[in-house]
Amino acid sequence: MNSKQTGESGANSVADLLTLYEVMLLIRHAEQNLATLFANGEIPGFIHLSIGQEAVSAGVMAALRDEDTIASTHRGHGHALAKGMDLTGFFLELLGKEEGLCRGRGGSMHVAQASIGMLGANGIVGAGIPIAMGSALALKRRKCNSVAVAFFGDGAVAEGVLHETLNMAALWQLPLLFLCESNGWSEFSPVDRQIAASLDKLANTFGIPFTSVDGNDVYQVANVAAAIVGDIRGGGGPQFLECKTTRVRGHFEGDAQKYRPAVQLADLESSDPIRRAREVLFEAGGSEAEINGVDARVIQRVAEAIEQARKGTDPDFEAAVLDVYAKGSAV
Amino acid sequence: MTEIRFGRAIGMAIADAMREDDRVILLGEDVAAYGGSFGVTRGLLEEFGEDRVLDTPISEASLASAALGAALSGLKPVLEIMFMDFVTFTMDAMVNQAAKARFMFGGQFSAPMVLRTPHGGGLNAGPQHSQCLEAWFAHVPGLKVVCPSNPADAYGLMRAAIDDPDPVIFVENKALYAAKGDVPENGYATPIGSAHIAREGKDVTVVTYGAMVGVAFEAAEALAGEDIDLEIIDLRTIQPWDEETVLLSLSKTHNLVVLHEAVEAFGVGAEIAARMVDIGFHELDGPIIRVAAPFMPVPFAQSLEASYRPDARKVIDAVRRTLA
Repeated sequence: MNSKQTGESGANSVADLLTLYEVMLLIRHAEQNLATLFANGEIPGFIHLSIGQEAVSAGVMAALRDEDTIASTHRGHGHALAKGMDLTGFFLELLGKEEGLCRGRGGSMHVAQASIGMLGANGIVGAGIPIAMGSALALKRRKCNSVAVAFFGDGAVAEGVLHETLNMAALWQLPLLFLCESNGWSEFSPVDRQIAASLDKLANTFGIPFTSVDGNDVYQVANVAAAIVGDIRGGGGPQFLECKTTRVRGHFEGDAQKYRPAVQLADLESSDPIRRAREVLFEAGGSEAEINGVDARVIQRVAEAIEQARKGTDPDFEAAVLDVYAKGSAV
Repeated sequence: MTEIRFGRAIGMAIADAMREDDRVILLGEDVAAYGGSFGVTRGLLEEFGEDRVLDTPISEASLASAALGAALSGLKPVLEIMFMDFVTFTMDAMVNQAAKARFMFGGQFSAPMVLRTPHGGGLNAGPQHSQCLEAWFAHVPGLKVVCPSNPADAYGLMRAAIDDPDPVIFVENKALYAAKGDVPENGYATPIGSAHIAREGKDVTVVTYGAMVGVAFEAAEALAGEDIDLEIIDLRTIQPWDEETVLLSLSKTHNLVVLHEAVEAFGVGAEIAARMVDIGFHELDGPIIRVAAPFMPVPFAQSLEASYRPDARKVIDAVRRTLA
């Protein structure tokens, strides 16, 4: 789903709400299928699912254009798909196929698509933050009013590069959005045992405006992100947006989450952003037929993409060896 | 031809590249107003302005990643890391991110960035301002590593590094900054991956790079009196190194010494020796000897540092050993 269809001014109409809902549902359905494919052994390695956090990706990306850039995290499927990543290419990559977006060399933790400014998921916590800053530096130099977004989780707040990047982005007034997905978990540990700082004070220390939203309310995310991204696009300098959200699955797929309180695991349904989005859609006048139509379309798109992806071929080792450096360059 | 200093040649190469291509930017600690802690980038701020020549905070880790992010978004950044010892902070950016950007994204991205940094002792700068860490980077697929020995190559290799579509570590020996040499004025690039036979000889091949080329010449002059004729190969590029030129020379002299200022253990010399034993085994008339720093931190005191660094005497001893 391309975010351009939503409009950059936020969620103002039933059509906008439907688009946001469809993006969220696409992420949810894609990841539920990934869980099955992984359990079946069709996906090698390991994967980190963002089920429960879809509203952040859908809402933020609705404010972005293709030429805006994002640097993502190890939990990056939602960011990638909401930014408009090719769905079949995405599944091909996760299945480790030659036709995948990264020719089967990156996998889940490194999905990227240059043509839509998706600078890559990242296997190193916090590492995307300064990469997004460098991209913002390039965008600012080009004077194209584009914006870079650094996605990171609240666990990454402990990484030094965040603090360095806050400083430089503020010094140089870069078009950079710090987008923190606070799901309360730093891998297998609660964030309150790892981070002493409060995010608002951290951002304000560098003079960076801070906003916190309910990251499971896609309409709130979309509207606030639209306003903030608009400010940044207009030359207003960096901002920090925290989206409070919920990690439903484990740190990685297969993590039994025995470290999480049972009461928290039992109550995940109440915060489900997709269920909440459906309710708002109905209240706003969306019809059951429209919503069911979206559901059917998403299910079909994902099924088709997986079917295509399964037909992909295994990557060629010799070709991979030759792609460590640019073709024609020494080595 | 103009005679200029090594440091000036690097600054000229960056300036010429910036004049030709406005995607080239320079960033680093004190590179703009101050002109770089060794003065290499003096005058660039005045010519190109603060949009393209950026003084940065002391944040090496994020700067190296930022250079990569800028490269992924269409710029060609040249990043100065003030001393090679400080590259420890940049390792995630260079090793996990920049080195793998082309490969792990399936060729969708290029990462045309240069990290330039001074290595080497001789200034009594002590254990954290003197190290030669180039072997670390040479060990990482996706990175290129160059280390010039004279102003002409410094200019040409910097032009090649900036032109290169992949990340290049450009290593500058501090002892060479003041060295003078002729530099052609035609904006040339010295190809990455190509060694230079700095002195032709018939008895023993000495493979080296950077400031140690001068040490090899001292040894060659001393040995010439004894009728021992050294062939000196200036690698210029450490990764990818010019295996063919080294093998060809070995096939002529049948004796090999590898010389570098970096620590001997697990170093560049170990790789060269291992490869030559593999592909040049039948050419060898004697053992391959490495002349390099001992396995210890670079010491501070003048007497200690002088003993630590390779010199002509150590090269001469090695030559005698391989010929024995």
